[in-house]
Amino acid sequence: MSAVPPGADVDLLYTDVEEALRASVRSVLSRRLSAPQVAALYDGAAADPALWQTLSAEVGLAGLLVPEDLGGAGATAREAAVVLEELGAAVAPVPFLTSSVVAVTALLAAGARDLATEVAEGTIAALATPLPATTVAPTVTATADGRLSGEIRSVAGALDAGVLLVPAAAADGLRLYAVPADRVRITPVVSLDMSRPIADLGLTDVEATLLAEGEAARAAVEQALEAGAALLASEQVGIAQWCLDTTVEYLKVRKQFGRVVGGFQAVKHRLADVFVQVESARAAARYAAATLAEGDPDRSVAAALAQAYCSDVAVLAAEEAVQLHGGIGMTWEHPAHLYLKRAKADQIAYGTAAVHHARLAGLVDLPA
Amino acid sequence: MTGIDEIETRVAKLLAEHDPATTGTVDFLRARFDAGLAWVHFPVGLGGLGLARELQNQVNTLLAAAGAPDTDGGRNPIGLGMAAPTILAYGTDEQKQRYLRPLFTCEEIWCQLFSEPGAGSDLAGVATRAVRDGDDWVVNGQKVWTSGAQNARFAILLARSDPDAVKHAGMSYFVCDMTDPGVEVRPLRQITGEAEFNEVFLTDVRVPDANRLGAVGQGWEVANATLMSERVAIGGNASPREGGMIGPVSRTWRAHPELRDPELHVRLLKLWVDAEVARLTGARLRQKLAAGRPGPEGSALKLTFARLAQQLSGLELELLGEDGLRYSDWTLRRPEKVDMIGRDAGYRYLRAKGNSIEGGTSEVLRNIVGERVLGLPPEPRGDKGIPWKDLPR
Repeated sequence: MSAVPPGADVDLLYTDVEEALRASVRSVLSRRLSAPQVAALYDGAAADPALWQTLSAEVGLAGLLVPEDLGGAGATAREAAVVLEELGAAVAPVPFLTSSVVAVTALLAAGARDLATEVAEGTIAALATPLPATTVAPTVTATADGRLSGEIRSVAGALDAGVLLVPAAAADGLRLYAVPADRVRITPVVSLDMSRPIADLGLTDVEATLLAEGEAARAAVEQALEAGAALLASEQVGIAQWCLDTTVEYLKVRKQFGRVVGGFQAVKHRLADVFVQVESARAAARYAAATLAEGDPDRSVAAALAQAYCSDVAVLAAEEAVQLHGGIGMTWEHPAHLYLKRAKADQIAYGTAAVHHARLAGLVDLPA
Repeated sequence: MTGIDEIETRVAKLLAEHDPATTGTVDFLRARFDAGLAWVHFPVGLGGLGLARELQNQVNTLLAAAGAPDTDGGRNPIGLGMAAPTILAYGTDEQKQRYLRPLFTCEEIWCQLFSEPGAGSDLAGVATRAVRDGDDWVVNGQKVWTSGAQNARFAILLARSDPDAVKHAGMSYFVCDMTDPGVEVRPLRQITGEAEFNEVFLTDVRVPDANRLGAVGQGWEVANATLMSERVAIGGNASPREGGMIGPVSRTWRAHPELRDPELHVRLLKLWVDAEVARLTGARLRQKLAAGRPGPEGSALKLTFARLAQQLSGLELELLGEDGLRYSDWTLRRPEKVDMIGRDAGYRYLRAKGNSIEGGTSEVLRNIVGERVLGLPPEPRGDKGIPWKDLPR
């Protein structure tokens, strides 16, 4: 272990700029998105593309991480993390994580400047890997002249994407291609989390554009997946904070046995434990975002740490919200179920806690 | 001149005038206090410079780099962590002048006469009586769990000065001279076999009214200020990765592949994550304090550290297996300080049981988080509005 504590100088608080960005996102979401609109997704409604267009137009979310000389906002992972806290707190059905974070990270790492510019201008992109992926394991093959065939299951963000970034195995190794979505069979799946639905993809001898090959392709995909894991932690913090706040407010007014339920010690202690874990999750998520933003050598540890911790906290907070709301927490009318579904799906996305524990075992020398 | 510049100038001057290599510890610490580098956020003349609290880190770093002797915080944790901020906030000028300097240099060790057999988590139930007699108070009662009493010159003392008032209103706060007649310290042997704590019997101890901190009847408010300092102090120090109890367990894991077991591996990694997240949470708390935005996480962090210490030390014993069955020494000893990391696993396991009791039980801290942070209704109470003397005991 190094003499200087990792992260000793990393700012774990929120800057004024970040708070202003948070306020903008929250303002749009409060005007444009309600829990019943999210719930309607489970009954077959389509996500409202105008919500994402508004967030992009008013706050610049599509190209938040795209450099300014490519038409983006040139922000860092710190700002993206704050956006994700707000999107998590609203279970917003928008492609920020899949397009603006994961796909953009892959494009920038692969040096695909033109495509990054297009994403900043409004094209939605998606990395064509299964949502739980943490490493590259291509199920698509590429011919020497760049024609792709294969199936990819459980891809998030594919349904509304205009372009798909497809890792493929070629005779000489891994390659990363861009494919217009209209050349791909995209089969929607009934998803546990319909606010971030997954879809199965099929490609048959599809013409594609090469973005990167070999180690560069692998690095681009793995960086994108690691950025997804690191910043998903902030979405999980947003989910957990909403669940805690909402449950506390409810238990301040809900009465049983002639007393306010939040005054019962058995209940109070459970909420205190959730609070402790949400505050801890926030520190872990901030650390992951800050080290990612700064290219800190500890960022891989930070990402695995944040995912290993925050994913379970979001699920705990959502499960406690359902339980402590009593019967109302089990109803379709109450939004708690939306948060539980997102939290549980997020726990699996970009690697479960167990997967990240195994990664840490290698990173911090605690082998099995 | 900015704060940082002033700090650098003053540290350089201190080091130039008092070479750490040739100056004795106490002499150096006295000079450091006089230079305003003891607690930079304290006022000028009282060990400080009236600067921002976070600049103290800069002082500590510069002095450590120069090899300067440090305060032996482990010997005087009550004095440095709790008595000093309380004296600063509630003491008279005379009290501040008298106590702070030898407290900082650790020439005078402090202990805390708060808890009693009948007043632990319900601290406002203290029964030790302080009866006014001319310029003195006459104190009678029994205190317990007093760490360091055997080495202490002074104590911060919470006593009942008005039994007719409701319990929170009838207490006053004093500085007690531990060398006074009527103060008797008896070792209290604990689960580890050691006597880290004491019982303290107070029999007709005469405490001058000049030793009162705060107004008569203000004892609960002053004690709360002390306890807040305690909870900030817990987890208040920056530590490196694996600097806490996760350290020895991780090192044992690395050094002894033959002890590894898949189920223990899962638990170890989960606790490694918890420990590292707790470290980051502490760092975030300190950043908030430094930015002048104190958060409620102090109580939360104490809950976390208690749980971690207990789970880690339990895991460590299982990992050690046969070696875990051997204990170092059951001889009655009187340790000068608690050093969890420097001891063996069995001691850590037993001593950690106290982490969820001392300084506020985890149950009381959860109530504090629930009520003061989350705003949930308070526990129903049977002692509200009733004079202390009429409460059932």
